[in-house]
Amino acid sequence: MIVLVDYGLGNIQAFANIYRRLGLPVATARTPQELDGARKIVLPGVGAFDWAMDKLNASGMREKLDELVLERGADVIGICVGMQMMARRSDEGKLPGLGWIDAEVVKFDTSGFNQPTHLPHMGWNDIKVTADDTLFRGIETPRYYFLHSYHVVPKSDAHVLATASYGGRFVAAVRAGNVYGTQFHPEKSHGWGISLLKNFAEI
Amino acid sequence: MLRPRLIPCLLVHKGGLAKTVKFADPKYVGDPINAVRIFNEKEVDELFVADIDATRQAREPDYKLISSLAAECRMPLCYGGGVDKVEQVERIIGLGVEKVALSAAVIARPELVSEAAERVGSQSIVVVLDARQAGAGRYEAVTHSATKRTGLDVAETARRMQELGAGEIVVNAVDRDGMMQGYDRNLIAQVRDSVTLPMTALGGAGSLADFQSLFAEHGIIGAAAGSFFVFKGKYRAVLISYPNRTEKENLLNRARAGQ
Repeated sequence: MIVLVDYGLGNIQAFANIYRRLGLPVATARTPQELDGARKIVLPGVGAFDWAMDKLNASGMREKLDELVLERGADVIGICVGMQMMARRSDEGKLPGLGWIDAEVVKFDTSGFNQPTHLPHMGWNDIKVTADDTLFRGIETPRYYFLHSYHVVPKSDAHVLATASYGGRFVAAVRAGNVYGTQFHPEKSHGWGISLLKNFAEI
Repeated sequence: MLRPRLIPCLLVHKGGLAKTVKFADPKYVGDPINAVRIFNEKEVDELFVADIDATRQAREPDYKLISSLAAECRMPLCYGGGVDKVEQVERIIGLGVEKVALSAAVIARPELVSEAAERVGSQSIVVVLDARQAGAGRYEAVTHSATKRTGLDVAETARRMQELGAGEIVVNAVDRDGMMQGYDRNLIAQVRDSVTLPMTALGGAGSLADFQSLFAEHGIIGAAAGSFFVFKGKYRAVLISYPNRTEKENLLNRARAGQ
């Protein structure tokens, strides 16, 4: 069972539709009770860092999520701002992050950009998978939709699963044990995204 | 490498999809959800859906429709039409839409851009500027389906919107709308020179060659079109189309070669 964390932000229905079409069981959690026993969790995200943290904190699910992820070893994948929230802090906000991965979120440095378009990084970009991981199993020429001005910098390179290039390389996907994250939107990336979400379900 | 985006622009009118010519004479072209399903199959880069009735009728966005569109889309969605408050922007993003387009409301009250970006992040705030030629080489922003003039220069307004925290500029050439005779390259170049934001051109695309020359000239840019993706042939029969993976790859390669 995949549990989608609905704290009022992000594309719950898009994830739910994809999993239903794949014939995989999926549920939405809006309360700590609905998270009970979850083994596989999707934390979506759209919007500014503090706004998203505020919403998650106000949802009442924060404590339960901490318990599931940190103590019970539930697999979790954070998407876009959902991935950024799993870091310790962000340049974009003042609130602390979830701290599930030793990383911080920084703004792209555009001072060396030699192209007319700077930020946000918007559109379809190729990624380079740098670690052999189930998440990217069987995905040929991986290409995903990005929409962001900030990116995650993990303290350890060992946590990097994939990178992409935009005026320099940045981290596109991470993994620290049971904690996964993608800066791009798999739920909005056609077949490449569907395969990734299926892989996450099968971990 | 980041790719330029090829974006169908769908207009919602009286609950269905319509296509206009020079912002007038809407012709019914189909059902919104059905169109999204077809565009899913065709793997489009992104979709732009604009409700062309909401602002003119001074009514709220149709949240029910937006919610179904967002759930159905397997590609990013930008919604525009009738949005003039921060709360509406938040609600639409909360429904799972990636980007919200603001137009007349931010011409009337530019601070709305900053207020909205503060809440949902700049990356989700798109400013659409409808442009009309106003004397040699000058373009004026117009609103309310081009029925109201603003006296504002389009490139200057784009720059101001960037300063306020917009995340993308869509520039729409009113007089090219539905004509399928090519983009207004002069207008696009003026706006491109005035901002570093991602930008998208709309109005006039009638062939793959129009996209190719836009990409050759500007590299990373969004190429949006209405008629091109919904009409076929000189009698404008309704038929949704979009280049397949190979056709798109060839198009991008030719554009790169022409840079």
